[in-house]
Amino acid sequence: MVAYTVKRLLQGVITVWFIATATFFGMHAVPGDPLAADKEVPPEIWANLQARYGLDKPVPEQYVIYLSNMLKGDFGISYTQQNREVNDIIAEHFKVSATLGILAIVFAAFGGILWGALTALYRNRAPDIVIVFLVILGISVPSFVFAALGQLGVVNINNALGFTLFPVAGWGTVQHMIVPSMVLGLGTMAFLTRLMRSSMLEIANSDFIRTARSKGLPATRVFRKHQLRNAILPVVTVLGPSIAAITTGGFVVEMVFAIPGLGRYFVQAVQQLDYTVIMGTTVFYGAFLVFMVILVDLVYGLIDPRVRLE
Amino acid sequence: MSEITEPSAAGGFDDARDATPAARLDWGALWQLLRLGLIGFGVLAVILWLLAQWNEGGAGNAVDAVTGTVTLTLSQEPPQMDSTRGTDQVSFRILGHVMEGLLRYDANNRLVGAVAERWEGTEMLWTFHLREEARWHTGEPITAHDFVFAWRKVVDPANASQYAFIMFGIENAEAINRGDMPLESLGVRAIDERTLEVRLARPLPYFGKLTAFATYNPINEAFYESRAGRYAADAEDMLYNGPFVISSWVHGASLRLEKNPNYWDAGRIKLNAIDHAYITTDTNAVLNLFKDDKVALTSLNAENLDDALQQRWRINRFADGSVYFMELNHAPDRLTSNYNLRKALQAVNDPAELVYKVIKLPGNLPGRSLFPVWLKGVNGYFRQEYPAPEQVPDEALGRRYLAQALDELGLDEPPTLVMLTGDSPSANKQSEYYQNLFKQKLGIDIKIDRQIFKQRLAKMTAGDFDIVMAGWGPDYDDPMTFGDLFASWNENNRGRYVNPALDEAVEIARSSSDARTRMEAFARVQEIIREDAVILVNYELGSVYVANPRVKGLVRRAVGTDPDYTNAWIEEA
Repeated sequence: MVAYTVKRLLQGVITVWFIATATFFGMHAVPGDPLAADKEVPPEIWANLQARYGLDKPVPEQYVIYLSNMLKGDFGISYTQQNREVNDIIAEHFKVSATLGILAIVFAAFGGILWGALTALYRNRAPDIVIVFLVILGISVPSFVFAALGQLGVVNINNALGFTLFPVAGWGTVQHMIVPSMVLGLGTMAFLTRLMRSSMLEIANSDFIRTARSKGLPATRVFRKHQLRNAILPVVTVLGPSIAAITTGGFVVEMVFAIPGLGRYFVQAVQQLDYTVIMGTTVFYGAFLVFMVILVDLVYGLIDPRVRLE
Repeated sequence: MSEITEPSAAGGFDDARDATPAARLDWGALWQLLRLGLIGFGVLAVILWLLAQWNEGGAGNAVDAVTGTVTLTLSQEPPQMDSTRGTDQVSFRILGHVMEGLLRYDANNRLVGAVAERWEGTEMLWTFHLREEARWHTGEPITAHDFVFAWRKVVDPANASQYAFIMFGIENAEAINRGDMPLESLGVRAIDERTLEVRLARPLPYFGKLTAFATYNPINEAFYESRAGRYAADAEDMLYNGPFVISSWVHGASLRLEKNPNYWDAGRIKLNAIDHAYITTDTNAVLNLFKDDKVALTSLNAENLDDALQQRWRINRFADGSVYFMELNHAPDRLTSNYNLRKALQAVNDPAELVYKVIKLPGNLPGRSLFPVWLKGVNGYFRQEYPAPEQVPDEALGRRYLAQALDELGLDEPPTLVMLTGDSPSANKQSEYYQNLFKQKLGIDIKIDRQIFKQRLAKMTAGDFDIVMAGWGPDYDDPMTFGDLFASWNENNRGRYVNPALDEAVEIARSSSDARTRMEAFARVQEIIREDAVILVNYELGSVYVANPRVKGLVRRAVGTDPDYTNAWIEEA
């Protein structure tokens, strides 16, 4: 077990190094210059800028410098937020993205399990059909549509009520978090509902359910102890990757609701060729994802003894 | 055994055996689900409660007359609040509220004394006398040395300021920035605590206007050094001398300004606080906040104008100051270096149609000249003293020019030209309009090369285009901010246009201090650009916005702090 863990962690480090290297050279291959602005500057000013950011050195040398700084935990200073260290940007804004992501995943998980179980219970009857239709909608409609609609809905509700039930945008209080996290969680909830439904139905037809019924157990008990519990397992398995996906994928929702999350830095840095922020966020998110995957594997081995850790 | 049992759940449809037990356990199972739901709700509530302890904040309404607070949005976090290195509008907007230079623009856009109470300038020597009552927000007096330190910082090569060029009119500034001379040789000197003397490298009749530009703000040396490289990184890393101070700054989330009690003219300031409570680039989000009475101002664009019109709000407009145009590539290996081809494109260009039928946003003006209408001339406005003719499309003329161009270029049929453009919705709309226009009127095929911001800049710099959709915003309130754009030495002359006659006119405007001589030189520039079809001017940008009707005294302007709330107040409800 220990050897396996060490091995997986080593593999993770190599993966992260590979991500960093690929991003570094990919980023430098993109045409354009991070220092370029709408207005061109005289050559002497240009030379000063290049020297300040170390861009006057050849790319391989920049790579070595970057890697050695990264090992020291220094991701450098942002090109666009010129007085902020990338470390600070990640620390301050990931906190917000994580808050939003966790709320969204809790909402999605409970919602998905509930709706999934409900559809299985009412299989091929009206509630099932309605919910499955909504699920398809939830999976196929992109989050920026939900975000815009959600915000518009909040405005209309507030106007109708005459007071602010939920804030239209912004961040800081609990009220600010509710609508964005629901919007962010909708897609995942729809996905989990579908997963839960098929998992419930599969188990409904399995041998041990029939055994339990034939033993004469009360139907409610069979449902709760045997069917529901076993059906939740696959849902729990996909939660790990889902958490990573939701925490890193909140860009649109953060934008619409003016939420100071890391997502917008992740996306805008690429558009603005902000080298240090691109590297910092990519390596950070890469490491986060890799860590989540390793964690899920390890936990899976603990939960399910059939998965052998060799 | 399994082969004769029921079909698998995934594939099978309803069968009686499944439905019957399900029907029996409906209520019990529903109760279980309800319990699960309640647990989920509980977990959410606990998490939310925990989060509430962790985060704090929340903004007020758009305007609050009791506390004198206006709530606003920012399109982005101010990228650089160090005035020696800032270049962008958001930073300059905040700096315009919390800092003050020697001079400033008042509510009527007149240049008035700020830190300087009086000043006198000759051709090459300017002297500024600072107010005795000018203070940093900590109460310490502002001295001439604060300006000397800040200005040296601007031209210091190690500081790598992008806007260093705006000081190149000062003696030795350019050589210092190149690293050829020591910082101390900069032509600015503190004669005593309250007298600043500036020696210029060449006559700059508009030098007074330049000192109102944020790059010319003072910085206290002792404080700057005490921050050890973190000057202006956070609210407490700055000394303020303007009407407001930054009282709290949550990066990426909010930035709150509060009245500066030590401001020398504090009696003039009526607002107590300006709360930038939201930071987002999403214009619809800002519009929704405005509808919900949470922010006091929202800009409008073509996408949400209709929505605003339906609300019957009072829509305001003002000249943004910038001019948009199609820059043509004059490099010898490009077809667009052919005079007659350029004239053909110019002849069919129809700025009025572009503005009224394509962009369809009130406030824009069909382009006539590189010099926008708001620039001042000798006595009145430059464009009134030296009018530019309207660009009226003439298809027949265009075809005549085209025939001649094809003849000179040895082509049998109209060529294909590459049009470089940005990736915004409005850039798409405009480039497609021109693609269609040039095809219909001249038979010229336009290949649209759509690029994201940095790649477009890279291609512009490399001269990788025939036509590029470009624009120019003013830095200071003098025709020179546009006038030298197509001089052969200007790096922003991306089409690499070279014309000794234009260079000569710019040189005259640069070296003379006589207003009439200068304006006549600019008039020649205006004529050359039109006559030689150096660029095709599209429109002068106007901005459209709605503001909370209770906010009075808001100033919008083309050059300087915009929007400017330093003169604003809130009307009682």
